[in-house]
Amino acid sequence: MSDILLDVKNLKKYFNTPNGVLHAVDDVTFSLERGKTLGVVGESGCGKSTTGRAILRLHEPTSGEVFFEGKDITKVSNQEMRRLRSQMQIIFQDPFASLNPRKTVSEIIGEPLRLYKVHKSKKEQQDHVLELMELVGLSQRLVNTYPHELDGGRRQRIGIARALAMRPKFIVCDEPVSALDVSIQAQILNLLKQLQHDLGLTYIFITHDLSVVNYFSDEIMVMYLGKVVEHASSEKLFEHPTHPYTKALLSAIPVPKLGEKKKRILLKGEITSPINPKPGCRFAPRCEYAKPKCFEKTPMLKENEPGHFVACHFCEEF
Amino acid sequence: MAEHDSKYTLEIKDLEVQFKTVDGVVKAVNGIDLAIEKGKTLGLVGETGAGKTTTALSILRLVPDPPGKITGGTITLEGKDLFSYSEKEMETIRGSQVSMIFQDPMTSLNPVMTVGDQIAEVIQLHEKIDPKEALEKAKAMLEMVGIPGNRGTEYPHQFSGGMKQRVIIAMALVCNPHLLIADEPTTALDVTIQAQVLDLMQKLREKYGTSMLMITHDLGIVAEVCDNVSIMYAGRIVEHGTLEDIFNSTSHPYTEGLFGSLPNIENRNEQLKPIPGLMPDPTDLPPGCAFHPRCKYCKDICKSRVPAVTKLSDTHLVACLAYEEGTGVTLGGGDNE
Amino acid sequence: MENKKAKKRSMTMEVCQRLARNKMAMLGLAILVVLVLCAVFADVIADYETKVVAQNIANRLKGPSAEHWFGTDEFGRDIFARIIHGSRVSLVVGLISVSVSLILGGILGAFAGFYGGRVDNVIMRVMDIFLAVPSTLLAMTIVAALGSSLVNVMLAIGVSGIPTYARIVRAAVMSVKDQEFVEASRAIGATNVTTIFREIIPNCLAPIIVQATLSVAGAILSTASLSFIGLGVQPPDPEWGAMLSGGRNFLRDAVHLTLFPGLAIVITILALNLLGDGLRDALDPRLKQ
Repeated sequence: MSDILLDVKNLKKYFNTPNGVLHAVDDVTFSLERGKTLGVVGESGCGKSTTGRAILRLHEPTSGEVFFEGKDITKVSNQEMRRLRSQMQIIFQDPFASLNPRKTVSEIIGEPLRLYKVHKSKKEQQDHVLELMELVGLSQRLVNTYPHELDGGRRQRIGIARALAMRPKFIVCDEPVSALDVSIQAQILNLLKQLQHDLGLTYIFITHDLSVVNYFSDEIMVMYLGKVVEHASSEKLFEHPTHPYTKALLSAIPVPKLGEKKKRILLKGEITSPINPKPGCRFAPRCEYAKPKCFEKTPMLKENEPGHFVACHFCEEF
Repeated sequence: MAEHDSKYTLEIKDLEVQFKTVDGVVKAVNGIDLAIEKGKTLGLVGETGAGKTTTALSILRLVPDPPGKITGGTITLEGKDLFSYSEKEMETIRGSQVSMIFQDPMTSLNPVMTVGDQIAEVIQLHEKIDPKEALEKAKAMLEMVGIPGNRGTEYPHQFSGGMKQRVIIAMALVCNPHLLIADEPTTALDVTIQAQVLDLMQKLREKYGTSMLMITHDLGIVAEVCDNVSIMYAGRIVEHGTLEDIFNSTSHPYTEGLFGSLPNIENRNEQLKPIPGLMPDPTDLPPGCAFHPRCKYCKDICKSRVPAVTKLSDTHLVACLAYEEGTGVTLGGGDNE
Repeated sequence: MENKKAKKRSMTMEVCQRLARNKMAMLGLAILVVLVLCAVFADVIADYETKVVAQNIANRLKGPSAEHWFGTDEFGRDIFARIIHGSRVSLVVGLISVSVSLILGGILGAFAGFYGGRVDNVIMRVMDIFLAVPSTLLAMTIVAALGSSLVNVMLAIGVSGIPTYARIVRAAVMSVKDQEFVEASRAIGATNVTTIFREIIPNCLAPIIVQATLSVAGAILSTASLSFIGLGVQPPDPEWGAMLSGGRNFLRDAVHLTLFPGLAIVITILALNLLGDGLRDALDPRLKQ
């Protein structure tokens, strides 16, 4: 019996723009077991960040359902949602923009504690803040510094401490390391893994970096222009990428190793934006295998083999 | 003048650059040596604050002064001392002999000029050519980087990020420079677009025989496009060698740490071994080897003695006390490779 | 050194300390303190009945002298004494009316900027209507309707200043509200009001403070206009703006009639500006050296 923490069904988020309706997230369905990590991968504009925010209702979903521990959170009142937020947190990409420059480290980390009135006295709250700082590996002497005095890695640790303050069960990590240097990146990744292990956290890990997602996730969902094109366990996805887009994406990663120049699939053209999309596969204009059918009928996500979902009309042929 | 049949397009010796700020003197570059052979690509690898971009700007003599100042060393371009040129002469060199591609394609183009005009402008600055011909040449150059020539009449905002970077590449190469400096040219781009742009740069470089200085933090890109690599840390080159040297017989603990920080795409169960600690504050560099506070092999002597450059082979240089005789430092227990 | 940092520093203390290090701001504060003391102890410095309102035609339009430091006006009253007593009215009117426009305009602008859409449209169109009516006319109407009194004058001038603040605050809020830390605040479960007051407003202070210190002068002069048409302070009570406009007729022969009230206004504004700039910098932790 698997223990499903998060169940997302037909999630959609459309934005009205001057040029038409932008289908940022279009019919995304998945479920996530407690304690596991789902990696969401894609290039800019594929809707991965919007998916993460729509699940937390930071963007109100246009339609669809999000079950968190069996409760549909798209239907609950704002007040109830505010209570639920202590269970579901987010870590942001930009460690510079996501911290209020006018607050000290202790104020930033203590803000959720203050909001939920966790502690009766300031002293207790301060002690809790110090505990959290230790948990994420921040030296306690930084408690009264301001974010601008710190480097990116430490700021990201502040963001993590803030997210952990209310002991959430589930955290959306929105590109938490892409703004950081390589050596710092590895520190933060290890920290997040350690925390997951110690606190039993469930993650959605949003990134454009495939090598990071492979290291970090149990399952991977590849998105292209608002649609899920492939969803499988990390091993399966990296061993048998099936969708042509996934294949191209995997082949495009520069690998820091010599002597294994892979055959690189160079995609033609550029990513467009899914404004008023026509029916058909959204990847078709860039796909080297595209056939007339791909431009007419939207492929559904179907189980190609157990646990391996692909949205492509011709995936059996590859 | 003695003729220069030197095999190097660019030679930097002992370059030092400092910035004077309110917090003290920032030693951005502390005596580095670099050399790029004709037609070859050198990768300059390092993290934020290592001094990579400052080095690049020094080659163009564009270090903002004040607060920056080149305080020592020589830069030789095509056998000629760069510091002997007047500011006027420098202007003709920039763009024609050396050109640079910046990281952010969004802000490197003038938003109120058509793309074709911008490329033509570069040509007219360096060649006596009438405007019409320049525009024709600009068109041809656009075709070369894979953009239909008639899109030259469009404005930058009508192009996507990858296309803009192509335009910038076209601009940088239009006067056939001997040396192309690319400062993180693909960092702002998506993976599939990055692959396209790198591929394009490779092809054009081979076609024109341009030497290139590739500044990046991504060892994956280095493995694909570079011939030689210099690893930079806190304003110094800590290791230099061919791709083989760096990737297959990694010698400096920092380089080793960089590789350990990268997730292995083939083996997802491998643990990351990050470098502990942070980049040092450039106004207050640690004495001795600047890397010692983060180095797992650090011995007392590392805290006081600045490591000299040791030659491991004809091509492989490293600046670490473990390779100097009689220092007692060993990289024992190292689990590299 | 390290331990010092770990000690809990209170935000207010820290701002005060940073302010104290700014010499110009301290100068502004010193001037302001002197002005306020003058206003508080005006009766001690110069007697109201004998010096401020009692007329003495024989002494009219005298230049500055040992007896009358700033000279006398067209009715032979001591200008120094009138300025001291006038500061009671002018300072209070200036500060209170600006606070009224700041608080009301600020809140309206913050909500308009934060919620956008319909809320923004409704609030800002009402503000546009206010802006379309000349502010003096608006103030006149309000005072005429509510009756002529000092409180009503302050209220009227304050209300006519609301649209300016609403516009400034709205623009500042809109530039801040899309930053990630605002989203982060929502993500940890903060209500919109909490987010506006704890995250957004503190990051919009700079333009607000500058505008506020500048508009004190405008408020003092507006009081003068209202007084001039008989809706503000009633003669013979002294008031800086009224003294300034009253002295206009004698500009050729007796400059001191306008010079000294003018100087009083200039010095007040200067002091407020110096203090305001210092405060703006002290409130921004990023500018700390």
